[in-house]
Amino acid sequence: MPAGSPAVASGAVQAVSVPEGRTRVAGRVTWLSDYGVYLALGLLLSFNLVFTPNFATVANLRLQLVQVAPVAIVALGMALVIGTGGIDLSVGSTMAIAAALLPLYLGYGIWPAIAVAVFAGGAVGLVNGGLVAYGIQPIVATLGLLVAGRGTALVVADGRLVEIFDPTLTAIGGGQVLGVPLPVLAALTVAAAAGFVLRRAAFGRRLLAVGGNRPAALLAGLPVRRTLVTVYVISGVLAAMAGVLTTGRQGASDPSFTGLLIELSAITAVVVGGTPLAGGRVRILGTLMGALLMQLIIATVIQHDLHDSTARMIQAAIIVAAVYAQRDRSGT
Amino acid sequence: MTTGQAERAAPFSPAAGTGRTRLASLARRHGAALVLALVVLLGTLTFGSSFTGPGNLGAIALDASYLLLVATGMTFVILAGGIDLSVGSVLALSGVLAAYGSRWGTAGAVLLPLAVCGLIGLVNGVLVGRARLAPFVVTLATLLFARGLAFAVSQEGNRVYIIPADLALTRIGQANVLGVGVPVLIALTAFAAAGVVLNRTRFGLRVFAAGNGDGHAAELMGLPVARIRVRVYVLSSLLAGLAGVLIAAQTASGLPTLGEGRELEAIAAVVIGGTLLTGGAGTLGGTLAGVLLLKVIQNLINQVGTLSSAYQQVVSGTFLVLVVLVQAALARRRRQ
Amino acid sequence: MNEPVCEAHAISKRFGGTLALDHVSLRLDAGEAHALVGENGAGKSTLIKVLTGVHRPDGGAVRHLGRPVSFSGPADAQDAGISTIYQEVELAPLLSVADNLFLGREPITRLGLLDRSRLRREATEVLARYGVAVDVRRPLGELGLGIRQMVAIARAVSARARLVIMDEATSSLAPREVDRLAEVIEVLREQGIAILYVTHKLDEVFRVCQRVSVLRDGRLVRTGPVRETSRIGLVAAMLGRPVAEVRRGVTSFGEAHEVGRAAPVLRAESLVREHALHGVSVEVRPGEVVGLAGLLGSGRSETARAVFGADPLDAGSVEVAGRARRRWNPAIAIRSGVCMVPEDRKAEGVVPGLSVRDNITLAALPRLTRGGLVSRRARDRVVDAFIRRLRIKVSSPDQKVGELSGGNQQKVLLARMLCLHPAVLILDEPTRGIDIGAKAEIQALIDELAQEGLGVLLVAELEEIVEGADTVVVLRDGTAAGVLRGAEIGERPIMELIAAADSDGAAGGRFDD
Repeated sequence: MPAGSPAVASGAVQAVSVPEGRTRVAGRVTWLSDYGVYLALGLLLSFNLVFTPNFATVANLRLQLVQVAPVAIVALGMALVIGTGGIDLSVGSTMAIAAALLPLYLGYGIWPAIAVAVFAGGAVGLVNGGLVAYGIQPIVATLGLLVAGRGTALVVADGRLVEIFDPTLTAIGGGQVLGVPLPVLAALTVAAAAGFVLRRAAFGRRLLAVGGNRPAALLAGLPVRRTLVTVYVISGVLAAMAGVLTTGRQGASDPSFTGLLIELSAITAVVVGGTPLAGGRVRILGTLMGALLMQLIIATVIQHDLHDSTARMIQAAIIVAAVYAQRDRSGT
Repeated sequence: MTTGQAERAAPFSPAAGTGRTRLASLARRHGAALVLALVVLLGTLTFGSSFTGPGNLGAIALDASYLLLVATGMTFVILAGGIDLSVGSVLALSGVLAAYGSRWGTAGAVLLPLAVCGLIGLVNGVLVGRARLAPFVVTLATLLFARGLAFAVSQEGNRVYIIPADLALTRIGQANVLGVGVPVLIALTAFAAAGVVLNRTRFGLRVFAAGNGDGHAAELMGLPVARIRVRVYVLSSLLAGLAGVLIAAQTASGLPTLGEGRELEAIAAVVIGGTLLTGGAGTLGGTLAGVLLLKVIQNLINQVGTLSSAYQQVVSGTFLVLVVLVQAALARRRRQ
Repeated sequence: MNEPVCEAHAISKRFGGTLALDHVSLRLDAGEAHALVGENGAGKSTLIKVLTGVHRPDGGAVRHLGRPVSFSGPADAQDAGISTIYQEVELAPLLSVADNLFLGREPITRLGLLDRSRLRREATEVLARYGVAVDVRRPLGELGLGIRQMVAIARAVSARARLVIMDEATSSLAPREVDRLAEVIEVLREQGIAILYVTHKLDEVFRVCQRVSVLRDGRLVRTGPVRETSRIGLVAAMLGRPVAEVRRGVTSFGEAHEVGRAAPVLRAESLVREHALHGVSVEVRPGEVVGLAGLLGSGRSETARAVFGADPLDAGSVEVAGRARRRWNPAIAIRSGVCMVPEDRKAEGVVPGLSVRDNITLAALPRLTRGGLVSRRARDRVVDAFIRRLRIKVSSPDQKVGELSGGNQQKVLLARMLCLHPAVLILDEPTRGIDIGAKAEIQALIDELAQEGLGVLLVAELEEIVEGADTVVVLRDGTAAGVLRGAEIGERPIMELIAAADSDGAAGGRFDD
């Protein structure tokens, strides 16, 4: 260790003081990066309640939630991966693989087919996690599976869209329990489970330790590699679940378009939700809200006769604002 | 350990580095070209003239030239330690703007898109280089923005601007010289120019320096790292923009849906070409080989009538993973 | 030439409430190699940063080539002729040797293009002057550390430097490479260049330098010609101890522990790690505090980390409770009862975003988990017990550990390992950078733990080692220079072992019983 960094030199602890004005600004920025997503969501909702006709109808709200559910599920897996300081680009292709496998195994019954699809998602995650644990950068490792995974899905399905008429699957994609659509219920369940695991399970603590300070995790004897592999497996399984839900809602297995570019929406939701890309911290509720915010932006823009394209440009601005807010935190 | 003792025995002779590391760097630099040669040989033996025929090769060249432009810009960005996800969208935006600008003649069709793309590159560069935001997220945002703008200009894709057939641009875009498409020649010229910039100018050398260890060393050496970063993003956007203009010229129209996923293909080509994703080392020659390899594999899979085109992706993706695995394994052995 | 190349006059530098430099004056003459020595936190780095414009002094002035100067940063200082070579070679490892030499002032042709052939030719010529013959097209990172260091020096010097600062430039060099560096410094001196040679190797001070200055706690405690300096005097000045022997027990806070004849619980044999350890052996018995003494860079921390399996070893063996271990890493070490609190709290210790509770129980998770879930009751019992026992000051166990003071963070890390009930605890500078109160508490705790039968391997300042250790292994340049036990332990014998020149350090090498 190089000698004499100021704090060390003194033997004192709070050696470096920060000018007050700066602390206050940084505090405000930190607050924004933590709670900005709720603020933005609140503003957008209020705007819609006042200015958007037919916004506050059950049907519309239900539609918005159903549409955001698969993104939210994928984003939750992504949030865990990002919590370890990684990233998973392969989620969209994993959804496609799951979608492609469903009709092939439908002959054994819907539940075995779903099991196979989810298992395949876990297998993709295993490969991702293995590569990352071996020391390959998460971006490249999962980029490889993004490309190869989509291809595999298309090969498996022979490139075709297959309509599926299975009452159970349709119910999974479109059914309701007490008026709550099943995909929404699934997303909420996953969020609750993820929150529970992060708070209560040993795995959650390990995950945050690996992302927060990897050398420290190694020196504390934590199984860093196993943790990494597990988190990518979870991401893969969740993506496969999202693929099953999407297929059920569409009533068709569409390996070309299922999950296309969803990795970008998921990363956006996570980042906007206040989870730092550097790892060490995961915000579950923020991620859900981030996904919802992005969905609502599109909905709002469309219902005001503006265009999809406007929504994308607004989303871009929000992403930059979100990372900018995070930057100042890491700076202090 | 043996390495260490060799060094101790003769501390200042070149023998200190081992043959093994030399082999590793050789494999990294020329691996893609080697595999490309093998694949081409295999293709020639298997398919004969349906592969080597001028029509087919011309099609490969045309297809590859757009990717080459994008991948060339990406090489600069990655060498400088960054990444640019926005290039696919920028390419589409550029095509749409070229078609839109063609109402003011060829000049409008070229200058409008390049100006806008340059601006987007500038935004990327300033946010990454000066504000020090994560390049992955910044360029993810501009990916969305450029795609949105492309759709906005083409009225949500409902309006397809056509470039007049009598415009010089269209004629150039669709012309052949000695059987080679003019876009191919333009792409190769741009590639060669980029090669000179990267390998023969101070700027080029400093791009490498900026990508060594987060640019920390380059800063200590007194190099203007932030300015270098800004420039590579501008360059990347301009080259993607040029590709968009060329596609528009060739197809006489601009489609906002173009180039989706191109950024990933370009990254794959660069990495397969031996450029380290962490920056600091790599070659444009490798990128060329990477681009050709991807496109030749695509073409060959198309040649096999029974294989769906999806196998292209399977092969490309698997190949990418294998390349980085080999790189990681070599780096590991070097460390020991 | 009576005018000094560079002169620092009464430099003071304050960080927050602490004085990192206190009226330090230093005169660097042309053609003279001036050694700057001192232990951790002495202020060497701060002084260099003031000289090169990284820090602005709060008091005093720097004169360079006769004029008062105030540099805006390293680049500015370099333009004025002050070049710095860092311990970690700060060059671009993936670029070629020639590129590294000339980056920033690359030769170009009339067309504005790089003149590669000239670049190569001049690079070869420049390096030849330093006795380095390599293919300058090869990537720097493929070459040995010695060559890299030479390239860094050549780069610095060919920039028309008048003062070259070498910040622990030799700390990772092999002996023959150091010889070569010494020759190069001779050449530089003949050219009238002043050299500020920061090092912690006494041999090099006496071989290479003409003057030596010693910093301790931000003050210049000694400066003078090397010829008039004794090794033991230098060591005493660095460690801040009087040369006269301080007997063990005078300041002691604890009794010698009942070590007896118990078999060693930990035995590390002939540890070898390139550039750092050359066959160090250590034994720890139950209830014994084994201190590792030596100057900075002598292999103290490296030995501690090697015993824990934190860094890979090139050779050597570790035995726990009589059982030889073939695979050895932190996870296995912890499972077999060997735990370590690392030196660098921030980089390798705390996970700042997690709570005190989570940080304490991080390593103990497997023992506190039922069916994958952390048992809250068991966890809270452990956390509460250790917060109370170590008197960790927290607003609640849920407080983020990043918000705690250094002393309390250190206690959290101690708790993290102690709650595993280890047989051996390795402590690497456990009292570094923490306030006096916490320091005393931690020292008392170590004593108490040893009395309960814990084996401790302690890296610490000389004073703490003398006061607290039952056995002291004195390290010098990666080898054990000697072992002292019980009544033999004292500052004087330790310093003598540290100061002994290589030739008469015959005691080194083995740890005999």
